[in-house]
Amino acid sequence: MSVMSQDVKVVAPAATTRQALRLFAERRRSFWVVLSLLVLFTAWEIAGRVPISFAFPTFLDTLAALAEMVADGSMVRAFFLTLQPLVLGVAISALLGIALGIVMGLSDRMEWLLAPVFIVLQAAPMAALVPLVTFVYGIGLVAKTLAVIMLALPVIVLNSYKAVRHVNPSLVDMCRSFQGTRRQQIFKIIIPDAAPVLFAGLRLGVAAGFIGVMLAELLITPTGIGDLITYHRSVANYAHMYAAVASIIAASTVTLAVLQWFETNVMRPEKRRS
Amino acid sequence: MNATALAADEFDPASVVTRDPVVRVEGICKHYGSVEALRGIDLQFERGKLTTLLGPSGCGKTTLLKIIAGLVPATSGRIIVNGRAVTGPGPERAFVFQDFALMPWATVLRNVGFGLELKGVPADERNRIARSYIGEVGLQGFEDKYPHELSGGMRQRVGIARAFAVNADVLLLDEPFSAVDEQNRRKFQEDLLRLVEMERKTFIFVTHSIEEAVYVSDRIVLLSPRPGRVSNIIDPRIDRTADPDDIRRDPGYLDVVEEIWQGLRHYAE
Repeated sequence: MSVMSQDVKVVAPAATTRQALRLFAERRRSFWVVLSLLVLFTAWEIAGRVPISFAFPTFLDTLAALAEMVADGSMVRAFFLTLQPLVLGVAISALLGIALGIVMGLSDRMEWLLAPVFIVLQAAPMAALVPLVTFVYGIGLVAKTLAVIMLALPVIVLNSYKAVRHVNPSLVDMCRSFQGTRRQQIFKIIIPDAAPVLFAGLRLGVAAGFIGVMLAELLITPTGIGDLITYHRSVANYAHMYAAVASIIAASTVTLAVLQWFETNVMRPEKRRS
Repeated sequence: MNATALAADEFDPASVVTRDPVVRVEGICKHYGSVEALRGIDLQFERGKLTTLLGPSGCGKTTLLKIIAGLVPATSGRIIVNGRAVTGPGPERAFVFQDFALMPWATVLRNVGFGLELKGVPADERNRIARSYIGEVGLQGFEDKYPHELSGGMRQRVGIARAFAVNADVLLLDEPFSAVDEQNRRKFQEDLLRLVEMERKTFIFVTHSIEEAVYVSDRIVLLSPRPGRVSNIIDPRIDRTADPDDIRRDPGYLDVVEEIWQGLRHYAE
C-alpha cells in the first residue's frame, strides 16, 4: 500500500505546500505527466493486488524484478543484443526511407514506380512475412535487421513522400522568383518546410521498428529482450517477464521523446517560442 | 482627368503612349486546358512608374503578373524586359506574394536576405543590406523575430523588404495588401508611394480594389474577364504632393474611381 499512502500525502499536505503545488501544477506540464503516470501505475498496482490473474504481477513487484535484472546485468546484455538489429534497421530505414520519399515527392515518374510497392508493403501484415525471412536469411542479425526494415521503411517512405508533396507551393515559387537553383530549392525550402511531416513519419517508423525487433526476437529466435520475455514466461516468473516488456516500452517512449525534442530544438527553432 | 475613351470597343491600345518601356508584353495568350485565361495581351510598362492591373476576379490579372515574373509559362506571346525576351525568373524582376511566402523557420533578417543568400552573397554583406531594408519598411527591432510573431501587415513588409533587397529594376506585387486589415492597408498605400518616390523603380501592381488602384497608380490597366483582355487604360494623374486624406476627398480622384466603376459594373453580378 505504499503507493497509496504516498497518494494520500500528495492530496493532503500542509497549506503552504498545497499552495506551492497548485502554483506548480498551473505552470508546469511535467506535473500533469507525472500525475498521468501515477494514475496508470496505481491502477496497475490495484489490478495486480486484486488480482485479475495469477499471471499478472503488481507494479511494485515488476519494479523490483526490473531492479534485480538491471543489477545482475541480464537486462544490459539483453538490450545490447536487441539494440543491434534495431539501431541498424532504423538507421537504414530512416536514411533510405527519407531519400526515397523525397525522390518520390519530387518526381512523378518515381512516384508511379515506387509508391505502389510501399503502399502494398504498408498494407501487408508484416508479422506473417517475418517467418519467411528466416528461410532466406537464417536466424542471425541480418534476418532481424530485415524484420525491422520491413516494418519501419514503408511508413517512413510514404510519410516523407507526402511531406514533400504538401510543401507550400508559394514558397517554391518564391525560391524560383529569386532564381534559386533546383538544389537550393530542395535543401533550403522543400526539406525544411517538409520537416514536421518528415519527422512525424520518422517517429512512426521508429515505433514500427520496435514492433519489428520484438517480432523478430519472438518469432525468429529468442534473443535479447525477446529472450528475457520468453524465458521468464516459460518459468512462470511473471514479474520479470512484465519488467522486460515494460523496459522495451520505456525504451521506445524515450526514443520518440528524444526525436521530438531534436525536431523542435534543432530543425524548427521558431517552434520553441510558440 | 483622362483622355481615353470608356467603352471597350472604342478603346485602341495603340493610342496609349509609353515612353521608355522597361517591360513589354507582346501578344500574350494563356490557356489552361480548354479554358482561355488571357487573350492577346499587348502592354508596355514605363520605367519608374507604378502601373496597376485592375479587374474583377477571373480576369487573369494574377496570371499575367506571374507570366511577366516568369513563374508561369505563356501559351503564346513574348515578355521583353530591358530589351531582352525572357522565359523564366530573372534578377531584374522581384516578386511580392499575396500570401507573403515567408519561410516560417527563418527570422525576419534571414527572410529579407534570402534572395541574396540564394545568389551566394556573403552573410556579412547580405545581413547589412537586409538590415537597411528592414529599417526602410519600418521593422527595426524585429530582425530576430519569426514570421508567426508578426501581424499580417508586418509580414508583408518583410515580403516587400525582401523584394527590395535584391535591387531589381521591376517589382511585381500580387495583391500585396489583400490579407492586411483596412487601417493598415491605408498606411501601407502611403508607404508604398513613398518607396516608389525614393527607389525610382518600376512597379507592376495587381489589385481588385478600385480605390487602391486610383490612389497609388500612375497608370491603370483595366482587364475584362473570360477571357482576360485589356479593356481600357487610364492615367489617373492625381496630385500626390497633397495630403493623403485630401487626395481621398479630391473630386478628381473620386471621378476616376466612379469612371472605373462604371466601366466594370456590368461584370459584377
